[in-house]
Amino acid sequence: MPSIISVSNLSKTYGSGFTALKNINLEIQRGEIFALLGPNGAGKTTLISIICGIANLSEGRVTVDGHNISTDYRAARSLIGLVPQELHTDAFESVWGTVSFSRGLFGKPKNPAHIEKVLKDLSLWDKKDSKIVTLSGGMKRRVMIAKALSHEPQILFLDEPTAGVDVELRKGMWEVVRTLQAAGVTIILTTHYIEEAEEMADRVGVINKGEIVLVEDKANLMQKLGKKHLKLHLQGKIDKIPPELAAYNLELSDQGNELTYNYDTKGERTGITSLLGDVRNAGIRFYDLDTSQSSLEDIFVSLVRAP
Amino acid sequence: MNYRAVGAIYKFEMARTWRTLLQSIVSPVVSTSLYFVVFGAAIGSRITSVEGVSYGTFIVPGLVMLSVLTQSIANASFGIYFPKFVGTIYELLSAPVSYFEIVLGYVGAAATKSIVLGLIILATAGLFVPLQIHHPVWMLTFLVLTAVTFSLFGFIIGIWADGFEKLQMIPMLVVTPLTFLGGSFYSVNMLPSGWRTLTLLNPVVYLISGFRWSFYEIADVSVGLSIAITLSFLALCMIAVWWIFKTGYRLKN
Repeated sequence: MPSIISVSNLSKTYGSGFTALKNINLEIQRGEIFALLGPNGAGKTTLISIICGIANLSEGRVTVDGHNISTDYRAARSLIGLVPQELHTDAFESVWGTVSFSRGLFGKPKNPAHIEKVLKDLSLWDKKDSKIVTLSGGMKRRVMIAKALSHEPQILFLDEPTAGVDVELRKGMWEVVRTLQAAGVTIILTTHYIEEAEEMADRVGVINKGEIVLVEDKANLMQKLGKKHLKLHLQGKIDKIPPELAAYNLELSDQGNELTYNYDTKGERTGITSLLGDVRNAGIRFYDLDTSQSSLEDIFVSLVRAP
Repeated sequence: MNYRAVGAIYKFEMARTWRTLLQSIVSPVVSTSLYFVVFGAAIGSRITSVEGVSYGTFIVPGLVMLSVLTQSIANASFGIYFPKFVGTIYELLSAPVSYFEIVLGYVGAAATKSIVLGLIILATAGLFVPLQIHHPVWMLTFLVLTAVTFSLFGFIIGIWADGFEKLQMIPMLVVTPLTFLGGSFYSVNMLPSGWRTLTLLNPVVYLISGFRWSFYEIADVSVGLSIAITLSFLALCMIAVWWIFKTGYRLKN
């Protein structure tokens, strides 16, 4: 797939001397959902702000569908819809008015049918004449999304779109995002909710201290870095792990009632067969076992904690 | 040129006028009427005429200018400051609009409101005193030029301000005193020569003088000088706005 956003050697240093981004290189593929993960202050919002035109870059080059964001900003920006992290709204404007304003600002002719569709898709139609100040936080968040979609963008940036949103609404938003992707929109998502990236993303990028730590296909990432855990539920409590099982680095938990074995899915041999044999030989009986895989959150934490 | 964007900003700003009708239109009209009652009726009855024009009639151009200056600054500064304050500026900065288009939208709307307000005040003045406009085209030229220039100045203040106090500071502490001391209620020629020389350093004198000339053909300074000073200030404001957008001052990190 060709890139729709290309970031080359991008750096950002603020007037204070603080370097927020260091030599970022990133390609966003057309039509994908890309999740950008990183702790607070990692540079996620700065990166998005530069691509969207809100902040100036210090060095490097960014193109959007081949258009340079600095020299050909009109063409570049007209392709982008942005939902910022904070709820910035015109409190006394109506929902219909503010969404129509956004469409006009992006140079698109009036299209009430499109605005109506966007508002209906986001369950805002019955609030179209309400002033924004009267809406709940979740509704305001959806108004922000409606504004970003008002000019039919090909790329949608969602900066922490579900922050402070309840579970039901979050799932509703995921549904909207999937529908947009099906319609060919490229989506770049930043989130603190790892399960959101795990649920939605095709690829994941991790940014930490202004540097891209990795960019990887989500499934590959899970496979490459994901640990699996085998948990044995013991028939009887044990006080300590027998010395003959020391080589497996087992963890004893649930007050001596559970043994956990961590293994690498990349390895050709997982060591499960020999472990089970050695456990039996050690006289330990178990009544059940289950396996689980590291979540993206575990992977993320291990990446950003790496020295 | 993104005409639709200019139109969207312009309409949005004009819509704010209707939402704040009392503050935008009614309040300045009431204030001006009070000026007429106090200065025109109470004080004016003791001043027979100024340079052949009755005092009540004489102060009309100054009063219109007072409102146009302050309202142009207030409208434009608030128009751009508010999106910065509530954060909606992100949309403006991420939209495919040029700096010129942004200025055109905001300053155009602010100037329109001031011009309409100036004309309403003029009409209100007509209820109190007999009006005569010798040069209506020049009157409109001065009105439009002043409204645009000071809307541009207000736009700069709105960008510069990082709090409501700063937003009010220059209009309250600089522009209003300069307007009062710029010959709104008197002819500069009535002042002792020392004060007169000092007053001529006040740029507002030239605006009011030119505007008054278009009404009654009386002026404190030559009309050409009035236009030159106004255009110079306009050019200064345009350079400042160009610099603001070029550097992203107080707009972009």
